[in-house]
Amino acid sequence: MKTKLSSYLAAFFLFLIIYLIFKDILENSFANFSWSFFTESPTHAGRQGGILPILYSTFLILLICLTTVIPLGLGTALYLYYSNSKSTVWLQNSIEILSGVPSIVFGLFGNALFCIYFSLGFSILSGGLTLALMSLPLFVNTVSKGLEATPSNFLKVSQSLGLSKFTTSINVLIPFALPSIVVGIILSVGRSLAETAALIFTSGYVDRMPESLLDSGRALSLHIYDLAMNVPGGNQNAYKSAAVLILLIFSVNALINLILKHWYKSRIPL
Amino acid sequence: MSASRYPWKNTLSQESCCDVVEKLKVKNLNLFYGSKQILHNLNLNINKNCVTGIIGPSGCGKSSFVQCLNRMIELTPSAKVNGDIFLDQQSIFDSRLELIELRKKIGIVFQEPTPLPLSIENNIALPLKEHQFSSIEERVKQSLVDVGLWPEVKDKVKKPAALLSGGQKQRLCLARALALQPEVILMDEPCSNLDPLSTEIIEELILELKSKYTIVIVTHNLAQARRICDHIYAFWNNKQYGYGEILESGSCADIFERPNSDTLADYVGGLRG
Repeated sequence: MKTKLSSYLAAFFLFLIIYLIFKDILENSFANFSWSFFTESPTHAGRQGGILPILYSTFLILLICLTTVIPLGLGTALYLYYSNSKSTVWLQNSIEILSGVPSIVFGLFGNALFCIYFSLGFSILSGGLTLALMSLPLFVNTVSKGLEATPSNFLKVSQSLGLSKFTTSINVLIPFALPSIVVGIILSVGRSLAETAALIFTSGYVDRMPESLLDSGRALSLHIYDLAMNVPGGNQNAYKSAAVLILLIFSVNALINLILKHWYKSRIPL
Repeated sequence: MSASRYPWKNTLSQESCCDVVEKLKVKNLNLFYGSKQILHNLNLNINKNCVTGIIGPSGCGKSSFVQCLNRMIELTPSAKVNGDIFLDQQSIFDSRLELIELRKKIGIVFQEPTPLPLSIENNIALPLKEHQFSSIEERVKQSLVDVGLWPEVKDKVKKPAALLSGGQKQRLCLARALALQPEVILMDEPCSNLDPLSTEIIEELILELKSKYTIVIVTHNLAQARRICDHIYAFWNNKQYGYGEILESGSCADIFERPNSDTLADYVGGLRG
């Protein structure tokens, strides 16, 4: 009885927190909302105008992050799966440590590596790659769990048929571990969209429409941070941007879940 | 059950029922898991176009032994093998013989029917593609026909293999192994998870297949061994050290009707094991 009560209480407080955040954001953003917010560029340091270039930059940063994380993360997870756990302790430890590194440190590292050493400057490319490094441990861990959950018989059978690791991975393991891969992508997207600190030093602050991946671009979360902290009178638009960010994260999750349900079910019955 | 379906009645009286052409030769084979010895100094021959049975109580290393024959045992990280195994006079540990090639020549059907999470068709087609066979579609059909699965699945070859029944899955696994045109087929208790009807179908298949292939079958089921095997190796745990070794070997008739040791006589008579 006591545990039941305490779990209800815990659930209630969690709900309360979410409710308060949403209430605050939605109340403040729905006041004098107009669709032009999505189609205009920001003016007066973001106090007025919309967020079109910011959405575009966010999208590009996310795209670069995912196109880097997915192949690299899948490769790493498969490598871990195939090799015996003793010989890859160093790799597993590195991943554990990386997943605990604060994002500001990733930001400074990305700045040193991509912006300065590789001379990419403050750019969408630097930002996306830094985010990729940051979400890599999370993605690898999630996919690894999915791979470990595949029946070990599959590996035995495919080896007994003389199938190469590549064929086995593409045809058996990856399709089977697809849900975990999708979850990994959702987590990476969530983390990337919400990231501010790692982008301050890598993709920069510029709120113009980026013309190439080597231009600086301001991500949505950074826009919120900037409006709320550095721009007097920017609160109104900060609230609106926050509402957009939340909706964006929700819809990305919902979309991926939807795709997963339909695609995955039609492929492999369990 | 006609006599032709279970020809052991006719063959039991004969000493040898197949031509003695050596296909696999095992020499001084020892197997260890870590520091624990599982198999001790095995020496045996497996003849071509012959069904060789491996019988014995649980834990005497029968399954481990067949998995040595196509080096599947190497998937167990702690396993260590010494001694040698020859396939047509060539050592299977020879670095010139690629592992993928070896496993194509020596196919295996496991105890647990394990189709890959693909369609029925692709379960067979994928290994065929991997080994660059031609006319894959016909081969898929032919191997399904060979195991008698074609009439049952011809309308649903594109459906997931997971939807098949246990017996059908096991026949699919056999079809998948046969499609690669192996020389030897290893069967690790292929019927232990099947009902009697599915078992009967698989046994009939084994008898049909032996004209084309060399078959090694591990079985717990002594009646089954008696029905289908030409030659039998009985494994037993060494009393002192616990490792598995060959207790006796001989034709089906030798083992079941004229066993040398009391242990084996009790075992095949159903008094031990």
